[in-house]
Parts: sequence; C-alpha cells; structure tokens
Amino acid sequence: MLKLEKRPQPSQAWIYLAPLVAVIATMIAGGALFAILGKDPLVAIRTIFYDPLFSEFAFFYRPQLLVKGAPLVLIAIGLSLGFRAGIWNIGAEGQYIVGALTGAGVGLAFYPLEGWFIFPLMVMAGALGGWAWAMIPAVLKVRFGTNEILVSLMLVYVAEQLLASMALGLMKNPQGFGFPGSRNLQQYPSAHNAELIAGSGMHWGVVAALIAVIFAYVLLTRHILGFHIRLTGEAPRAARFAGVNPARLVLICLGLAGALAGLAGMFEVSGPAGRVSIDFNVGYGFTAIIVAFLGRLHPVGILLAGLLMALTYIGGEIAQSRLGLPAAAIQMFQGMLLFFLLAVDVLTNYRLRLARREVA
Amino acid sequence: MTAPVLSIKGLTKAYPGVVANSDVSFDVYAGEVHALLGENGAGKSTLVKMIYGLVQPDAGTMTLEGKPYAPTEPRAARAAGVAMVFQHFSLFDAMNVAENIALGMENPPRLADLAGRIRDVSETYGLPLDPFRIVGDLSAGERQRVEIIRCLLQDPRLLIMDEPTSVLTPQEVEILFLTLRKLTAEGVAILYISHKLEEIRTLCDTATILRLGKKVATCTPSETTARELAEMMVGTVLHTPERSGRALGEVALELRGLSLRSPSAFGCALKDISLSVRQGEVLGLGGVAGNGQDELLGALSGELRSAPDMVRMHDQPVGMLGPMERRRIGLLCAPEERLGHAAAPDMSLTENAMLTGSQREGLERRGFLDWGRAQSFAEAIITRFDVRTPGAANAARSLSGGNLQKFVIGREVMQRPEVLVVNQPTWGVDASAAAAIRQALLDLAAGGTALVVISQDLDELMEIADRFGALNEGRLSAIRPTSELSIDEIGLMMGGAHDMAVAHV
Repeated sequence: MLKLEKRPQPSQAWIYLAPLVAVIATMIAGGALFAILGKDPLVAIRTIFYDPLFSEFAFFYRPQLLVKGAPLVLIAIGLSLGFRAGIWNIGAEGQYIVGALTGAGVGLAFYPLEGWFIFPLMVMAGALGGWAWAMIPAVLKVRFGTNEILVSLMLVYVAEQLLASMALGLMKNPQGFGFPGSRNLQQYPSAHNAELIAGSGMHWGVVAALIAVIFAYVLLTRHILGFHIRLTGEAPRAARFAGVNPARLVLICLGLAGALAGLAGMFEVSGPAGRVSIDFNVGYGFTAIIVAFLGRLHPVGILLAGLLMALTYIGGEIAQSRLGLPAAAIQMFQGMLLFFLLAVDVLTNYRLRLARREVA
Repeated sequence: MTAPVLSIKGLTKAYPGVVANSDVSFDVYAGEVHALLGENGAGKSTLVKMIYGLVQPDAGTMTLEGKPYAPTEPRAARAAGVAMVFQHFSLFDAMNVAENIALGMENPPRLADLAGRIRDVSETYGLPLDPFRIVGDLSAGERQRVEIIRCLLQDPRLLIMDEPTSVLTPQEVEILFLTLRKLTAEGVAILYISHKLEEIRTLCDTATILRLGKKVATCTPSETTARELAEMMVGTVLHTPERSGRALGEVALELRGLSLRSPSAFGCALKDISLSVRQGEVLGLGGVAGNGQDELLGALSGELRSAPDMVRMHDQPVGMLGPMERRRIGLLCAPEERLGHAAAPDMSLTENAMLTGSQREGLERRGFLDWGRAQSFAEAIITRFDVRTPGAANAARSLSGGNLQKFVIGREVMQRPEVLVVNQPTWGVDASAAAAIRQALLDLAAGGTALVVISQDLDELMEIADRFGALNEGRLSAIRPTSELSIDEIGLMMGGAHDMAVAHV
C-alpha cells in the first residue's frame, strides 16, 4: 500500500521537478486521449510541441509565440501576486477587456490626429481601465467583506456585455458599412502597437511583460511589500502580527493585477487584434490562471509557463487544422497540465512511502 | 498486593527518525493514581495512545486485568474498560451536555434516560452538571466534567487523564482531585499524565518517569521532592533563574480602562483593564486560558486598535498605532501561538527573523530588504538562545515546539525592547530551556525593560514576577506583589471555582 507522509520541509527538488513531471504526464495522458480519438499520438504530440518551433513553417509560428505569450505572462504576473497573498482574482478576463476598451477608446478619440503622445496615453488609459475594473471587487471586499472570487468572475460577464455594446455602438467604425467593430488601430499609426522588429512578433506588450517579470521578481525577493504578500499567503495571522494591513494588501494586489491585465488588453487591441470587436477576448485572462500556477507563482516560472502555454495554443491550432483534432481536445490537453501539476504538487510537501500492511 | 489492572511489558514504538517509546514496562494497580511524568517529547502521548488503541506498538505486550490486551482501535479499548479524557475536548458548542455525551456512545439510550444517568453519576462523584445546558456556555472546568462523565458512564477499570489541570483554577483542581480519589476508592485505576510536579506530589500514589522514550524511574512522589522529580525528567541538574535586585524606573507602559470587543465570535472581550508597569519591573498576569489573554496581547501588539488613551507608553497615547509603529517605539510582543502567529511555518528562520526584526535591526532600507543582515540576525538568535536547528535556512515548522519558542522569544529579546509583552513564554518548552528563557527575561528586566508576562503556569509567574494580577472573563483583578500572595488567594483572583457548586459531602 502506498502512503503519503508529510515532509518536515518542502522538498526543493520537487518544487522544480513538479512542472516537468506534469508536462510529461500531460504528454502521456494527452497522447492516450489522441490515440482514442484515432490519431497517432506521437504525431499529435510532435505537432503541438515540436512543429511550431522547428518545422519548415516555423518562421511563421515563432513570432506567434511572443504574441500569444506576452498577454499570458503579463496577466499571470499580476494574478500571481494576489494568489501568493491568498487573494483570488478570477476576473482578469474582464479587466483585460476593460483595459482594451479604455485604451482603444483613448486612441479612437484622437482619430485621425497624429502625435507621439497618443500611444503613451493609451497605455496609461489601458492600465487605469483594468485597475478600475479590479477595484470593484477590491473595494467591495474591503468595505463589505464580499467574496472577490465571485465578484471578479461575474464582472467578466459584465465586461463582455460592455464589449459587445461598444463594438455595436459607441466605438463602431463609422466607415465600416454597418458591420460591428471599431476602426482598425493597425491603420492608425499613432495608436498602432506595431512590431518593434518586423517579423519577430516583438511588440510593446512583450517588452511590458518582460519588465513585469523583473519588477515582480525584485518585489517578491527584495522588497518589504513582496515579503508581506508572501507572509499573508503563508500565515495571515503572522502577517497581521508583523504589521500588514490586510485591506491595503487586497487593494494593492487586485489593483496591480487589474492594471497588468488592462495593459495586456490594451496592447492586444492596438496590436495583434487591431480593433474592438465582439469576439475580441479569447480567454487569456482564464488561461493566465493556469500559467500562474504552472509557473509556481514565481516570476521566472511564469515566463516559462507562459511560453509553454502559448506553444500549446499554437500547436493546438496546427493540430486542429492539420490532424483534424477537435478544439475541445486541445482545451482538455491544456486543462490536464494544471490537473497533473496540482497532483504532482503533493510530492513537494509529502513523500510516498510503501507502507507495510499492519497486522491487526 | 493485588494483581495489576494494567500491566505493560517492553512496549516499543518507533516513528521514522525517532523512537517514541523504547522498552517501557510498568504496572498500574487498582485504586491507585499512577502518574506518568516526562517532558514534552518524552513519549508520554505515544504510550497513552498505544494503551487507548490509537497507535499499535512495534513490540511489547499489555495485559488488562490478567487478560492479554492489544486494542486495535479506541472502540476496542473502551469495550475492554479503558477510558480517556483528552487534553483537548471534543465537544460541540451548539449542543447540550446530554446530546454531546450521546454522540460518543455506541448505542445511546433515550435522551431522558441518559439525562437521568448523567445526573446520577454527577451526584455520586461530586461533579455537578445540568445535562440540558448548552456546552458553549460552560466554563473550561465544566466542559472537562462533561468529558469525565462521558468516561464514567462506561464504568471504566482504567481512566487515563491527559494534563487535566491545565485548564483549571486551583480551586477547580481541588474539586477534580476529590472526584479522582472517590474513583480510586471504588477500585478504578487512574493513569495521570502531567508535568506539574507539585500536583503529582499531592495526588499520585506512584509515578513512572519517562525520558527520551525510556522509563528512567518509578517512585513514590510524596516521598520525592519536586526538584528530584524534575531532575529525573530532565536528566541534568536544574538551575534556578536568579533575580538580582533592581531599581524600578518610571512607568513605561500603562493601560487606562482598556475595553475591547474580541474579533472572534468565541473570544473574550476585555473589560476596563487598567495597569501600569515600570522600567525594570516584571508584571505577571495569570488566569485560565480563554479569559482574554489573546485579546490583551493583540491590544498591546497593535493587532487590535483601541482608543489612543487606553494604551499609553512613556506617557504618550499609543492605542491607535499599528504593530510596526509600536515596534518602532520599543513595544515588542511575543504571542502564544508559535506556528502561524509568532512565526510563519513554511518560511525560513531568516525570513521569520525579518518578520518582526525588519525595523529595529535595520534589515530594511526604504522598503528594500537586506537578507544578509537578516540571516546574521537569525544566526545570532540561534546561537544566543541555543536553538537546535541545522541552520537559519530551515523552515520554522521543522523545529520542535520548544526550539521554535526559544527562537520567537529570542527574536524579541534581542531587539532591546523598552516594553516586552510575552504570552506563555515557556509553554511546551523543556525544563532547562524554560529556565534559560526565564533567565533571559529577568536579565532584560535588570537592564531596565518593563515586562508583562502572561502565563498559565503559576509557578513560573511566582518565580519571575514582581507583581501579579489575574484575568478572569476579560477583567483584571487587583494587582498585588507576588511575595505576599498564597496559592489560595491566587486561585480566588483567577475566579475561584467559577461558581461551580461543590457537591462533595
């Protein structure tokens, strides 16, 4: 019989091994899933993990890695700060949408004026929009003790309705022949989040994501605020004893997460997406939750996890078109990653032991 | 001599990395109170768990009333006539006494019949208890009666009691002792676990002393001095803390009519507490747990805010300040709960040193942390307070309770407090470490720090405090010099028998 036994200290080795084991287990279980669907599992796994990087068409997919990875990393970094402190913002998708709307709104308001100041203003508006949307669950939690999980999640659906309303009404392109959706910001140079190096996928959002990683790393390891965030997550009572103000921490963590999600939305709408449309959001805000945990809530881990998750997005799309795998199978594949990670995680704090069957 | 009720031969139990019991043998006879004595970690609990069927021994045998006895679960132990009163009660606050007792029975009778039996037992043994009172309204002493009556209803041959007096006032202890003597007169054997030596010397007929999992001696406690018992437990000669005569300075900390609601539903509100402590003085605050100790510590540490004037330091109002501001002006605290309150379990000792030391030890500059200095600080605490750990990088939870306690107290002591408030400074700490902690506190006072020591260990308070007060239901008794107090007076200050009428005739 197998028995779990609590380790005296968390195992350092397993902290780093767990994500790797989880990825391998996902490949095995995913392969089995694809085999049941009648596809060659090895080909499917190769299509998802190998082809986007090294196949003959990789030049087309590699930039996508940055384009898809940047918003995931940016959002996940913000979420991880709150998650570390036990503050569960599940509504990054909504903050992402609102950041995109406010960012795009500022850009569209200046159209067709050209000026260097327009893009920076949009960046600020995007961050502010996401921040404000996150402040709703934050203030409600601090003032009335509401559950931030429910409020932030429900606000995602409100934000989606707001997005639809904007795409169909206020922000609709006046020259768009009545079709829903705003003007294309890619065709408005002052507001366009263009590639910094053509063909690389590198845009301002990627830069922002890298800065966020460094910022979060320094915050968590070198700054008293980061220390208090970790302390609150590990031992809330000890944190209050140390002098942490829990309400202030809720406002800071949700605010930062909202601002970063808003930035991600703003960079997306002004760059890769180009315009405010009904189907603008594709679930980055939710996938970022997986990214945050897959990355151990550690900034560098999140960077790697974001790239891995972007890879499964791209590889998944290739697998869909080339092998005819259903989209649901790909989503399941991504879900498995989190599932296996949480399962393997047990080994960080516990060890497996073969227990002798005790004689009664 | 009659045959023993319980006979233990060569019981051994090992856990990974530690041998909890090694070849322990002794006999418990009918009609005797047999003390099981030892420090924390000496193996008392494991031994008792084996007797009660919670843990199976690796080797050794037990005989109960002449028959081989090897319970595989508590139910089997109860069926064989072994009952146990745990240190921590397992009662539901929202239910009444009879319902609680019925829940623990295999085939509970009708509630009315059960109530009748509860009344019979409680009258016979002098444990007055109304079967229909809600448990949530009972005092700790009364809750313990519920547990005892629950055991007595099974007609036990052997009753195990795990540190029963830690929640009782001296008067309640006396009532309990009368009950236990009545039981032994009827031929019940009692296995009594405690580390309170005076108590064992008055109550127990025989004592078995465990050290590091092994039996070191069996003796007659009334013929042995408390000091001899303690030295057998510890295995070394004890050193009593020295109090040097010290001059008292001006008032450092003052409470003026401190009233505060408890943040938790089952907490205890503080009611109109006034006190003052001078520089170089040790004020001891006793009282049964749950009478406002945690709340008072919170009000002093800054975790709970009060009106500014209710807490004053050096004649300045500080009631509105948070923990960080209070630390800055030299008001330091060490809470009772080590894991999760005084220290973060999964964080390293270095990080835990940062937890309260960041300001006064200069481990933080403009919000940026100096981990190198934090590590030196942690190592300094480890060295000076003899904390047994491989190093400062180890997680707090990997330390034993006593070692972590040394670290937590040491962390505050080393920050040169103006006023230091400690709650249960030596709880769960072995005797020699406890002596070291008390000495450190006295040294601090000699250096001019004002100390408030909250403790349930009256011997400890008598040893180090200059003045004594007791907390009872959130109120503070009059504060009196310890030198002129008797244990009876202290008991009355702690609330006496909590209005429980004694039915011993």
